[in-house]
Amino acid sequence: MIQTIAFYMFAIIMIASAVMVITARNPVHSVLWLILAFFNAAGLMVLVGAEFIAMLLVIVYVGAVAVLFLFVVMMLDIDVAAMRAGFIRNFPLGIVVALILLAELVLGIGAYNVGAINLGTPPAGDASVVAESNTAAIGALLYSKYVFLFEIAGIILLVAMIGAIVLTHRPSKSKRGQQDIGKQVRRNPDEATVMKQPEVGKGVEL
Amino acid sequence: MTEFFQSLGMSYEWAWGVATVAGILLIALPLMLAVAMIIYVDRKVWAAINLRRGPNVVGPFGLLQSFADGLKVFLQETIIPSAANKGIFLLAPIVTFTVALAAWAVIPFDAGMVLADINVGLLYILAVSSLSVYGIIMAGWASNSKYPFFSAMRASAQMISYEVSIGFILVCVVLFAGTFNLNDIVRAQEGFGLGIVNAYVVHPLIFPIWVMFFISCLAETQRVPFDLTEAESELVAGYQTEYSSMSFALFWLGEYANILLMCILNALLFFGGWLPPLDIDLIPWFDIPGIVWLLLKAFFFFFMFSWVMATVPRYRYDQLMRLGWKVFLPLSLVFVLVISGYLMATGHFGAAA
Repeated sequence: MIQTIAFYMFAIIMIASAVMVITARNPVHSVLWLILAFFNAAGLMVLVGAEFIAMLLVIVYVGAVAVLFLFVVMMLDIDVAAMRAGFIRNFPLGIVVALILLAELVLGIGAYNVGAINLGTPPAGDASVVAESNTAAIGALLYSKYVFLFEIAGIILLVAMIGAIVLTHRPSKSKRGQQDIGKQVRRNPDEATVMKQPEVGKGVEL
Repeated sequence: MTEFFQSLGMSYEWAWGVATVAGILLIALPLMLAVAMIIYVDRKVWAAINLRRGPNVVGPFGLLQSFADGLKVFLQETIIPSAANKGIFLLAPIVTFTVALAAWAVIPFDAGMVLADINVGLLYILAVSSLSVYGIIMAGWASNSKYPFFSAMRASAQMISYEVSIGFILVCVVLFAGTFNLNDIVRAQEGFGLGIVNAYVVHPLIFPIWVMFFISCLAETQRVPFDLTEAESELVAGYQTEYSSMSFALFWLGEYANILLMCILNALLFFGGWLPPLDIDLIPWFDIPGIVWLLLKAFFFFFMFSWVMATVPRYRYDQLMRLGWKVFLPLSLVFVLVISGYLMATGHFGAAA
């Protein structure tokens, strides 16, 4: 009962906010609706018992990725009228993408109804994983059976990160603006100020 | 609590619903009272360090000052700027306040005394605290005014930066405890230090990460040295500039609820939570309820927050970013490696090592 109410609440809000993402006129509103959709997706994950994935979804997508989206959308001066002008021109392309997605959905659901895919016999120890907590079970799988794929994914991300830094990094040419915090902290009154007592009518030589 | 309501003759669903609402009220209402008192404490400590008297007129010792302020704010008119984006402008303080309260669902006040005893409690707190930036960004953008917008930009960059190092620091604690459940993390600290001290912080590898955690907490809650979002000399009042009346008060309440949450987290993760400080029964302090220990520890950390506020000058923005990305991030990453290596070497993980 409680699960059913929760499921329909999360599902309805998620679909409604997903519709609002594409219909909202203001791009900032779109991103905010997208965040609501992410959040409700996390709620659905909790309902199926994947609380670890749900929390990661909120931390990574809502907490970091969507903030950057929001940043970009707020900073850019997006002209909605100009974007609408391209609508007719891109309409056939949109139809093609929609048809491909529809075909994939139909095929996917059809294949799912036929039965589970069978690529090999599951190892004998698989059933014991279910009893553990979510986090421990994911860890046990990632670091034993899928350790190679996991490490490869990590290396790809590392390469992407270094690539982004290399592409955007500009070494500053000017000498000004370079600050050495250690030097600033070490500064003391003795080297920063000089006491002079000039005679009346004479200036100070620095 | 669900069982109690079931014994009154309710069905499970109704009993669960009523018990949850009762639990939420039992946490939220005392929390609001605590926020009011903690604002008073904050001002008193600040005043004492500045050799002033602080609030001392309303009620005995000025104890009712926060309530007088609250009443004043409540009676004011809510002004919405004509150029503001109305819906988001009104939503922003509500989001800030709700998110600040939501994190309290997983805080254990005593053994098993918790609203939602979930397996991923610590991750839940990270997730909720990463949401709290939205209230500020929405407020800054919807105000349609340049100072709030600058402030929102600063706040989001700052909170994202420090969340990274807080995440790594929490991983270190989780490595020691072996669980994300806050109740179990506290229980794992029982007799941790040489069999007598109930705290993680006595361990030479954990003390430095606690110091980093404390500083990151200051940055995450935008307290002084890191309160660049409301640096009054540059940004008027930051993202709250255009707000008045209750919408302003909701920001204020949410901010202090977040600060209290961070104090409680310090106590739970590093100082043994609701356990008494020592695991030996010198005086009969096992009879003192755990919630008293937890609140005492949290109060001590709040005093430290106020102390820092009264003594440390504000950081410059580039220094803040440098501290987050070039000092805390590499340091906490190294500590994750060192601590997991240490735990593997000492056989902490038992059969897995």
